[in-house]
Amino acid sequence: MDIRINNHPFSIVDDAKLVDALNAFGAKPPFAVALNGDFVPRAEHGSRALTSGDRIDVVRPVAGG
Amino acid sequence: MNSHNLADALILYGQPFASRMLLGTSRYPSLHALEASLTAARPAMVTVALRRQLAANGDAQVGFFETLKRHGVPLLPNTAGCHTVDEVITTAHMAREVFETDWLKLELIGDDYTLQPDPIGLIEAADKLIRAGFKVLPYCTEDLVVGRRLLDVGCEALMPWGAPIGTGKGVVNPYGLRTLRERLPDVPLIVDAGLGVPSHACQVMEWGYDGVLLNTAVSQANLPEVMARAFASAVEAGRAAYLAGPMLERDSAEASTPVVGVPFWHQADVTHEPGAAA
Repeated sequence: MDIRINNHPFSIVDDAKLVDALNAFGAKPPFAVALNGDFVPRAEHGSRALTSGDRIDVVRPVAGG
Repeated sequence: MNSHNLADALILYGQPFASRMLLGTSRYPSLHALEASLTAARPAMVTVALRRQLAANGDAQVGFFETLKRHGVPLLPNTAGCHTVDEVITTAHMAREVFETDWLKLELIGDDYTLQPDPIGLIEAADKLIRAGFKVLPYCTEDLVVGRRLLDVGCEALMPWGAPIGTGKGVVNPYGLRTLRERLPDVPLIVDAGLGVPSHACQVMEWGYDGVLLNTAVSQANLPEVMARAFASAVEAGRAAYLAGPMLERDSAEASTPVVGVPFWHQADVTHEPGAAA
């Protein structure tokens, strides 16, 4: 199925969980995740199923004002 | 006066901070410059943010975060770049997980040119975040009514701007900020945004503000470390001046040197008859 990670198109198997997408993307700790605009706690990464068209945001610490 | 003495601590959400200066971590010429500025300023907290992972800069950002962790300075994640309440809430929860802190600088932008806060969304977002257990420091304007609404929903401090972010203009509405201070005498108030030089920080501290938050004024100075130290001194001086109780301003001059006994000063003889020679 086709999803988007950080606004980039990504292809993944149909029964993938969120953690599978993160591993395929190469998410580097420390990071946090939102799925379709909603925060997904780390504890749920392994159980959250994905559907076609899902939008995943993977964010990491950066400098800020 | 030692600003890093808890005897005159800045109290936010019941937690004391020895410094009354908060420092941003953005736009420094190098990681070394940031680190040197942190050492020079010894801020109470430093602001950080979250952005999408880009493969190219993944390692650089790890270095930045490791530097902050090594300093042990408390982190204040922001919600910079958020334009809706939902974006703020999601960002806040992500920040809490990554940075492992309940502290949050709430930013909800209403205009991309002035970067001024959306006052209506700000109150709604603050309400939800306070209920979710965050210690919210809202970036707001000097609007007294918006400030009161933020306090009503549970914010225990406010961070009004001095001027639009990154402008270095100092305080563009002195009357508004002074009014806010006078009308909210018991609320921790931190001027956040728009400060450019240490005298700006000193001025607001003299007015009784509890602290300042600045970033660009230090990071974009020619010598960030030196500027960081200058700002820290200015915050300390302004606070000391406020506590010392400044003299009252006058419209007319009043000689500071006694007038009695001024030499070479000739005075008419008081016994002299009018019209007679002196």
